[in-house]
Amino acid sequence: MAMTVREVSRPARSFMEQIFLWEVCVGLMVTFRHFFVNLARHALRALGLKVEPGAVTIQYPEDPAVLGKRARTRHRLLKRADGSPRCTSCLLCETICPAKCIHITPEESPDPRIEKRAKTFDIDIGLCIFCGYCVEACPVDAIHMDANKVELSSYTREDMIWTMPELMDDVPKLPRALRPAPGIGPTVPFVSGSH
Amino acid sequence: MSEKKMVSLTIDGKPVSVPEGTLVIEAARALGIKIPHYCYHRGLGNPGNCRICACEFEGAPKPIQMSCRTIAAEGMKVRTSSPNARRYQASSLEFHLENHPLDCPVCDQSGECKLQDYYMQYGLYGSEVREDKLHKGKRIPIGPHVMLDQERCILCTRCTRFTDNVTKTHELGIFGRGHQERVELAPGRSLDNAYSGNVVDICPVGALTDRDFRFRVRVWYLDETESICPGCARGCSIDVHTNTKRPWHNEGRRVARLKPRENPEVNGFWICDEGRYGYKNLDERRLGRVMRLKPRPEDLSWSSALDEVARGIKEASAAKGTEGLVVVASGMLSNEDWSSFKELFVKTLKIGRFLFGPEPDQIGAEDDFLRRKEKVPNLRGGLDLGFGKEIKSLSWDDLAKSIESGKTWGLYVVERDPAKVWGSERAKALLDKLDFMAFQSPFKGEAGEWARYRLPATAYVEEEGHFTNFEGKVQKYGKALEPLGSARPDWQIFDDLRARFLSEEGSSGRREKAGALA
Repeated sequence: MAMTVREVSRPARSFMEQIFLWEVCVGLMVTFRHFFVNLARHALRALGLKVEPGAVTIQYPEDPAVLGKRARTRHRLLKRADGSPRCTSCLLCETICPAKCIHITPEESPDPRIEKRAKTFDIDIGLCIFCGYCVEACPVDAIHMDANKVELSSYTREDMIWTMPELMDDVPKLPRALRPAPGIGPTVPFVSGSH
Repeated sequence: MSEKKMVSLTIDGKPVSVPEGTLVIEAARALGIKIPHYCYHRGLGNPGNCRICACEFEGAPKPIQMSCRTIAAEGMKVRTSSPNARRYQASSLEFHLENHPLDCPVCDQSGECKLQDYYMQYGLYGSEVREDKLHKGKRIPIGPHVMLDQERCILCTRCTRFTDNVTKTHELGIFGRGHQERVELAPGRSLDNAYSGNVVDICPVGALTDRDFRFRVRVWYLDETESICPGCARGCSIDVHTNTKRPWHNEGRRVARLKPRENPEVNGFWICDEGRYGYKNLDERRLGRVMRLKPRPEDLSWSSALDEVARGIKEASAAKGTEGLVVVASGMLSNEDWSSFKELFVKTLKIGRFLFGPEPDQIGAEDDFLRRKEKVPNLRGGLDLGFGKEIKSLSWDDLAKSIESGKTWGLYVVERDPAKVWGSERAKALLDKLDFMAFQSPFKGEAGEWARYRLPATAYVEEEGHFTNFEGKVQKYGKALEPLGSARPDWQIFDDLRARFLSEEGSSGRREKAGALA
């Protein structure tokens, strides 16, 4: 097959386009429209008239972030009345999780009324897509996404993994280097190849 | 069989003819129509106590009959899913679930439970029961391998019939009356017979679960591969259940459990506990690297290792003669391995001294049901190629004597561990006298530490092949997992090694091979 070259003509720029001045004015018009509309709304509301509220700038991170009532934030593991985790380690959240960010290892419970409990329950927040399926899947209401924490960054990938005591707010989430005792960190390594 | 009379009947409008005496549920199975059932099992008979296999028989005085208790007759018209039959099936299921706890999230059977399956297919009613559920014993260990949960039991009596009719050990029975009926051990007994694991497979619900598999992996994470049990010369058909998608489960082991696969010619529906729990070492103490261990440990590539092994054998044979090389093989080899083994050592190298056959470390318990005393799967495959007939096996004592006298200078060990037979100290003393030793095995083995070359082979789950059982039946096993490290199948190692001998002797072996393929 012979190679062919096709000439594509580019649309020529007009004079007005070349000086950009008109487009700068168009952009400024949008800015000023918002400015005056919000100014009017704030002024009218200050006078007691019921118009739509004007936009408010939040000085995040100096001021706290405002979250919607049903916002899905960091997971929280709930406890029974006696303080033990509600989780029965049925692995339904792990199964439904599309990001495979939940790793649970079950174990036998010493309590004769409880068949099965979680030995470890790790969530890799770095992998989580905050879809909330785990909350939907849980048959015992053990996991919620209502910790109302959105500042979840860390300097290492390991520190993105939250363990069971941390998810229950029993211990503060600290970077690995600052953790008080061994044995709190994730017990089973996350395998990056499996994702 | 041919003179057996055939009867024709119609099931769901489809005509079928079956031998006289066939049950209606089996006739439906031949048509591919699945009728729900709990108590009926082809290996255990049909007491008809679960009442869920009800079908409508047109023209019968009482149209609803149990299809597992009715023998097919000429002209019978059966409807398996008519509204009446469906209603009966759903009502039976409601009775089964009356006292069944909602344990599904923590129950190991969940995912392969017939109560779950049939509820979704035939039940789907709202519960009418307002009374509290009856509570019975939970998590009772009734034997070394089996855990009993009396609440989950639907009293189908499959397990008691198994211990009564198959193993004839009578450990389990149904005790109590009415709602207090429950499965229990006979007084003073424990479910510890050699086939106890089978009651877990036949239990249609989560009443009997495997203590070994308990909480290890959810069953929906598992992959299944058809395989053959390598535990003894019987060669029972099994399914290997592997967990590779979520490696943090099952303590990192890739094989989660073995289940029997139906095979009327060999094992029926059953396997022994020895075979069932014999998978645990598959990921432990494995060889993964090709190594030269003497004079100092060093990693090699496959090609340089095989070059060196071939050169070592060649040079020593030229100096001291091939009689000084003894090849130790084992019944773990597949038929493919045995064939390449014979090509290499008998036809190409003309070696006459072999050691194979079941030695004391490979002999175990035997009974008249399934277990055989040779605890390796494929001695028969070697026997069919002449190992044991015209090619005689040395004994370990003969081998030890000939190493001591200096008659034997080299050893090529395939899937055996001399240290297990001789004991560590004696084995080390003997093996240190050798000029050449290659150790080819999936597992580390003590003697592997004293070899000159260590070649990692695949385990049986990592390569497909065939085993011939003691009756001469050739059966295929499938590849369930990828090889660990750089392990290769035994036949490939033998073939690659053979190519190195052929090419140098000027017989243009490589070209011959290439020509054979063209």
